[in-house]
Amino acid sequence: MQLTVGPNQFFWDIETWRDFYARIADEAPVDRVVLGELVCSKRLPFYQTAIPEAVERLVGAGKTVAMTTLALVTLKRERNLTAELVEMGLEVEINDLSALAHLPQGAPFSIGPLVNVYNEGTLNWLARRGAIRFCLPPELPLSSVNALVASTNVPVETWAWGRLPLAISGRCYHARLAGRAKDNCQFVCADDPDGRAVETLDGQEFLAVNGVQTLSGSCANLARQLPAMRQAGVAGLRLSPQSQGFVEVCGLFRDLVEGRISADELSAAARDNAPGGSYSDGFIAGSAGVAWSGQI
Amino acid sequence: MMELVCPAGTPAALHAAVEAGAHAVYCGFADETNARNFPGLNFSREELAKSVAFAHAKGVRVLVAINTFPRAGAEAIWHRAVADAEAAEADAVILADLGLLAHAAERHPNLRRHLSVQAAAANPDMINFYARTFGVRRVVLPRVLTVAEITAINREIDIETEVFVFGGLCVMAEGRCSLSSYVTGKSPNMNGVCSPPSHVAYAEEGGELAARLGGFTIHRNAKDAPAPYPTLCKGCFTSGDTTGYIFEDPASLDATDLIPALAGAGVKALKIEGRQRSRSYVAQVVRSFREAVEAVEAGRPVPAGALARLTEGQSATTGAYRKTWR
Repeated sequence: MQLTVGPNQFFWDIETWRDFYARIADEAPVDRVVLGELVCSKRLPFYQTAIPEAVERLVGAGKTVAMTTLALVTLKRERNLTAELVEMGLEVEINDLSALAHLPQGAPFSIGPLVNVYNEGTLNWLARRGAIRFCLPPELPLSSVNALVASTNVPVETWAWGRLPLAISGRCYHARLAGRAKDNCQFVCADDPDGRAVETLDGQEFLAVNGVQTLSGSCANLARQLPAMRQAGVAGLRLSPQSQGFVEVCGLFRDLVEGRISADELSAAARDNAPGGSYSDGFIAGSAGVAWSGQI
Repeated sequence: MMELVCPAGTPAALHAAVEAGAHAVYCGFADETNARNFPGLNFSREELAKSVAFAHAKGVRVLVAINTFPRAGAEAIWHRAVADAEAAEADAVILADLGLLAHAAERHPNLRRHLSVQAAAANPDMINFYARTFGVRRVVLPRVLTVAEITAINREIDIETEVFVFGGLCVMAEGRCSLSSYVTGKSPNMNGVCSPPSHVAYAEEGGELAARLGGFTIHRNAKDAPAPYPTLCKGCFTSGDTTGYIFEDPASLDATDLIPALAGAGVKALKIEGRQRSRSYVAQVVRSFREAVEAVEAGRPVPAGALARLTEGQSATTGAYRKTWR
């Protein structure tokens, strides 16, 4: 079972960003790392210059590196960015299908969790177009994971750790909360390195906003579903970056997949590093995504 | 004249829309293949065939929405829906799923294909991809774009654009939102429902009415005040020291005033949301919009104010079309 570090969803300053990927390269027992900006094109110039060095260090450490597209491409500048990404020569993880327009026929790419791959027809169409790997949408139940993996020889991974990407919008909620327009956001999302918590009026942990993105309040944790993922033939687990304790989380998942610890031991040990402080794995059971199958 | 595309949740609503002046009506089958999969709503195969015949006799087109994402292991249900829409002589199908588009283009090449808003095609590259690859003839644009962005898109594409002008408003990119399934297990993409009534509970607590979805409090209102339906993204929540409508006010879309601007932007068709609405609502909205598009066509100002009381929660917004979010 491979471990993939997904693209960072949050806005960190360049030093934090550089240190994070240096530690991933040097210390995290993972196989693949997806870099780049997923959520907001305005963030990229702040850390873009650190990307080549991070790629080099990760590749040097034996990791496979891919670059993500944005999740929602609307502006001309963002379309150009997608085209430039394709020219970098690294594997591109598509999280907005418009990237296909820039990829020459036959060029390899992977499909990220924000592309709607719900069925065999879609998965196999994309595989024929050149997709060499899929990370499935986190919303899918186990029955769909089973059917999709069974329909292909292309490696498939599932979302195993981190706040879930639940929605993307044209509107920036961080800016809205600060009483600002999107074009004058003053990068207020940098204040919340793991998203800004949203609670209900009754004080229930609920969601988290991250610029134009809305995340789950809970931290998805698929540790207890590892046997089902193995049985389905899933090739990899995706771990989504967070600002604190992420290398430790990667280590725990490595221990889990190699049988050194149990799922409950992982959940207990990682609890303090779970953004929001609570776990969820309900999507895989086909119930509410927020549900959690464990006791810990 | 701009084409008016009107909702029909039932054959009766379809009749009402046709009589009120719709140029086209859109509807779906009574199952999970469409994004308004509500109890008591939508069309049987026989009802669709009869409704198409009725509409065609009046010179009105019928578009069939098959715009959820087929479930793995059950794609045949969606394939059958496309075949049955063609058999009923529908004028087009409205699709969102890549695999289903590929299937329709290959197996039903003569059935006109529109790209559903659920496909969230928000830039010319994506729209041109769908047009070239699957022969899509019209795209329903996501409700995250401004009029200026729509104008720019139309300059770079060769197919028709359709935009929403009235009714419920998704603030998230459609087809890319799993907020509802996070809380209830049911989603627009998989089940054709959002914030479903089956998961709504109301409770009177200390003089207030709490509206909950899947156990999460979405609204609290004074007991005698009007309580909006607890649609998840339009709830009142708290973040830090802010309490309010974090995502979107409980307002609905009314872009009547923007029809001339949308016409100038090169938009071909105007869409009214509301397949779950009554036929009298549909008739009233359609009549009003028909008047508006005729006025615009004749170079007259858009008649004002007729629809104010039909909007959700009594307040309306022009959504993303005006540049206020940016």
